[in-house]
Amino acid sequence: MIEFDHVSKVFGGSKVIDDLSLRIGEGELFVLVGPSGSGKSTLLRTINRLVPVDAGAVRIAGEDVVTRDIEALRRGIGYAIQSVGLFPHRTVAQNIATVPRLLGWNAEETRVRVEELLGLLRLDEPGMADRYPHTLSGGQQQRVGVARALAARPAIVLMDEPFGALDPLTRESLQHSLKTIQRDSGTTIVFVTHDMDEAFRLGDRVALLLDGKVAQVGTPLAFLHAPASPRVREFVGGERGRLRELAVRLVRDVVRLGETSSGHAVDIDASLQDALAAMLAQGHDALPVCEDGRVVGAVRLGDLVARPS
Amino acid sequence: MTTQRRSLPAIVLGTAGLCAALFAVFLRVAPNRLLSGQPHESHGVVFGLAWLGVILAGWFGLRGRAPLLAVVAVAALVALPVVAGFDARAALEHAPASARAQPGAGFWIMWMTAALLLLDALRGMRALVQVIAWVAVLAALIVAAWQGAFEPLAVVREYRAQHASFDDAFLVHLRLVGVTFMAALLIGAPMGWWAWRARRGGGIVVGTLSFLQTVPSLALFALLIGPFAWLAAHIPALASLGFGGTGAAPAIVALVLYALLPVVRYTMAGLDAVPFDTREAAQALGMNRWQVLAQVQLPLGWPVLLSGLRIVAVQTIGLAAVATLIGAGGLGRFVFLGIGQGAIDMVLLGTLAIIALALLVDLLFQGLLALAERRP
Repeated sequence: MIEFDHVSKVFGGSKVIDDLSLRIGEGELFVLVGPSGSGKSTLLRTINRLVPVDAGAVRIAGEDVVTRDIEALRRGIGYAIQSVGLFPHRTVAQNIATVPRLLGWNAEETRVRVEELLGLLRLDEPGMADRYPHTLSGGQQQRVGVARALAARPAIVLMDEPFGALDPLTRESLQHSLKTIQRDSGTTIVFVTHDMDEAFRLGDRVALLLDGKVAQVGTPLAFLHAPASPRVREFVGGERGRLRELAVRLVRDVVRLGETSSGHAVDIDASLQDALAAMLAQGHDALPVCEDGRVVGAVRLGDLVARPS
Repeated sequence: MTTQRRSLPAIVLGTAGLCAALFAVFLRVAPNRLLSGQPHESHGVVFGLAWLGVILAGWFGLRGRAPLLAVVAVAALVALPVVAGFDARAALEHAPASARAQPGAGFWIMWMTAALLLLDALRGMRALVQVIAWVAVLAALIVAAWQGAFEPLAVVREYRAQHASFDDAFLVHLRLVGVTFMAALLIGAPMGWWAWRARRGGGIVVGTLSFLQTVPSLALFALLIGPFAWLAAHIPALASLGFGGTGAAPAIVALVLYALLPVVRYTMAGLDAVPFDTREAAQALGMNRWQVLAQVQLPLGWPVLLSGLRIVAVQTIGLAAVATLIGAGGLGRFVFLGIGQGAIDMVLLGTLAIIALALLVDLLFQGLLALAERRP
């Protein structure tokens, strides 16, 4: 879907992106992670040509982005950033409708889509559509920003640390919303963050960028089990990487079907981290597991600690 | 009830007003329009009581002092000329027809002081309230004028004697200002946009305009006579349009040159008023340059530009007075002719008209600004 082909970018004499090649598949939630200055934001911004590349090419569906009309290209790509950048003189509904309006959707179509997005992003309290951005909380503003990025059903959405400035609870709830929306819509999302936990929680695949190069690309588990270099291992957290793994793996992977246990059940699609938290809270070393509200098996502490084969 | 701190402005202004009421001449009567007048008895001293009240209010700090002072100031602004007109009528009753009754220094000081007091009292109040207060003063003065309250005053008599040429001059003045304003906006706003986009080039534009601003207005008017005379002599089409070394054309060019700096500056400031992220988001969502300008930069930067246009309008009204010296006409004619003839009433007539026009236009822009800045 998106292909970086030997891309380089120089800012003020230093190579921010250094001969980088990468493919992002259709429908993937792909996370670019790395420390500040690693070039991840710059790389993201080459996709919608906010940053022109110095060498190499960025292709979408095989077509070099520089051959596309720049406004048409951008209208087909959603964009959300940490500082949100909402238009202060426009209402929530008008902000969300920005791209549909640019694309010339009719009023009814636009209204229906705005309603739908307000619901999807849990912005459906009464009167929300007609409020102005300065009357919203940070989390609500960010939800509007995400809704605006998704409005015209773009095939690709770019997000640059969109949840970076939010408190942990709000961030988690937004991550959850995003994951659900992405799964349901099949949108390709390229997501930039410096937070490893966020990268592993969200990403179908993750690329770790160091000094303008891809240090490793793969699934979160691949990072944890087979770090490509000592630097990657350091980044993933060394010994503590095993803790991260708990957040990535699901109860489904270790459930013992048919067994039973006492205590409050955990959901089969919960993370092992959630299961461990429930065990700690309840003081049990085993808990029942439920699927669709029905107990289907049990999970044991030993299974969480054991290295996956 | 002393709930507020002392108000230094109220105390100072009250004291100035009180001194003017007690010691300065409120009304002078002269045998004709060219001789200077002698002090005449009047009711000016009565205003001393109001000023005493202002001082006390400023000193002891009553609850709701600001609105109270505003009301006193509005009342004084209206009552002072009405009382002066009343006293003038009495003074002229048994005088020859050529006699003139002029408000004296005491009147002018108190009127100015009342205006300053109103400005101070309105500070911090909502823009709408401020506009309403000034409109109330204006409306009351117009009603009083309608009723003939100011007819006996020398300035009004001067107007009655010259109203045909005054009305002409007023229209000419308005036209000078209007054309200059539109031209400055049409040239300056795109120039400001360009200067804002091309940072380095922008420095040159602003530098050049700043330099022009330092040329004395009279000198600039005079300097333009030469080139314009040459143009008119060599391009007959221009000459047939009334274009020449003197007259409206060079005057308007000079006025536009002065107006460009504020227009360009405030256009740039207005564009800067839009946060970078908002502008980048607009671009990233696929707006082209013109859509960003029309849908984001203009609506967000408009109040800043408007406050610049307010300065331009008021500045041009004042500067246009000098344009009369190169034959462009306007209200400045009365000022300079009056000085030449030693007819102080005529100078005053021109000056008051210019000030009134400037205040009126300023008020208009304040109203527009209040509308533009109304938070949704």
